[in-house]
Amino acid sequence: MIAALAFYAFAAILIASAVMVVTSRNPVHSVLFLILAFFNAAGLFLLAGAEFLAMILVIVYVGAVAVLFLFVVMMLDIDFTQLREGFQRYAPIGAIIGAILLIELFMVVTTWRFAPEAATLRLSPTPAGVTNAEAIGRILYTDYIYLFQACGLILLVAMIGAIVLTLRERPGTRRQNIGEQIGRSGSVSLRSVPQGAGLKVIGIERPPSPEEAKPKEVEHHAHGGHH
Amino acid sequence: MGGITEMAVSLAHFLTVSAILLVLGVFGIFLNRKNVIVILMSVELILLAVNLNLVAFSAALGDLTGQVFTMFILTVAAAEAAIGLAIVVIYFRNRGTIEVEDISTLKG
Repeated sequence: MIAALAFYAFAAILIASAVMVVTSRNPVHSVLFLILAFFNAAGLFLLAGAEFLAMILVIVYVGAVAVLFLFVVMMLDIDFTQLREGFQRYAPIGAIIGAILLIELFMVVTTWRFAPEAATLRLSPTPAGVTNAEAIGRILYTDYIYLFQACGLILLVAMIGAIVLTLRERPGTRRQNIGEQIGRSGSVSLRSVPQGAGLKVIGIERPPSPEEAKPKEVEHHAHGGHH
Repeated sequence: MGGITEMAVSLAHFLTVSAILLVLGVFGIFLNRKNVIVILMSVELILLAVNLNLVAFSAALGDLTGQVFTMFILTVAAAEAAIGLAIVVIYFRNRGTIEVEDISTLKG
């Protein structure tokens, strides 16, 4: 009873916030409703018994992906009213296609049934007496280790891709060139000083005055970014 | 159907919610043809619907494979969002807008 009530509450808020995501006038509101939708989907996951995935959804989606969306929406200076032209023009065809898709999906949902031998075809049955996270951990690092590694590879490629895409060398900026800094010669010297000879004997060494030191051309090293 | 565990809420309920969510995502893609950020959010909604489906079947059948694949889809969706938003950022930097209707001018 409680579970059914919770299900209807989560499902209703999920669908309502999904409607707001696609129809909201302001994309910032869309992102915030997307976050609400993720929270409610996590609730549905909990009801289905997937506690670990519910937590992953909250942490990864709300914590990272939605914040990334929010960041981009707020960073780009976009005239959103201009982007909403054609909203009414596209609504009918979208509604028609959506309705067709929904009818098809309901026809599928109402007519299918499990195969009689479905219970015997399970790949990794849920073990009894183990928490959801532990059960997933047991199979994720053994049976599905290649899938797990592929996940890591996909994330690595996505990370490198995002960095390569958005990295840019601005022409006017000055950067610290550590190699040049360390590799300089002439301005710093090491010499052995006779023991007991103080400042009176050696005198104070000063760097060459700016007049005699000829100005060195600042080299602009092309490092990276030029293809 | 022995072995298929009983859930508190039936599988059909979950499938219905996920079907509606998927249709809303598709509808959102059509509705916001110009705003690529909302299109990306609609894709996230569609992937969420897929995840809900997988989790519901995983719970109904007592098979953890569905949850492992859900995790895989979450990874792919996160990667897709990062790459997509990076493309949006550089497109905005070059064109000053994110209207995707004239994105076909990007040739070569």
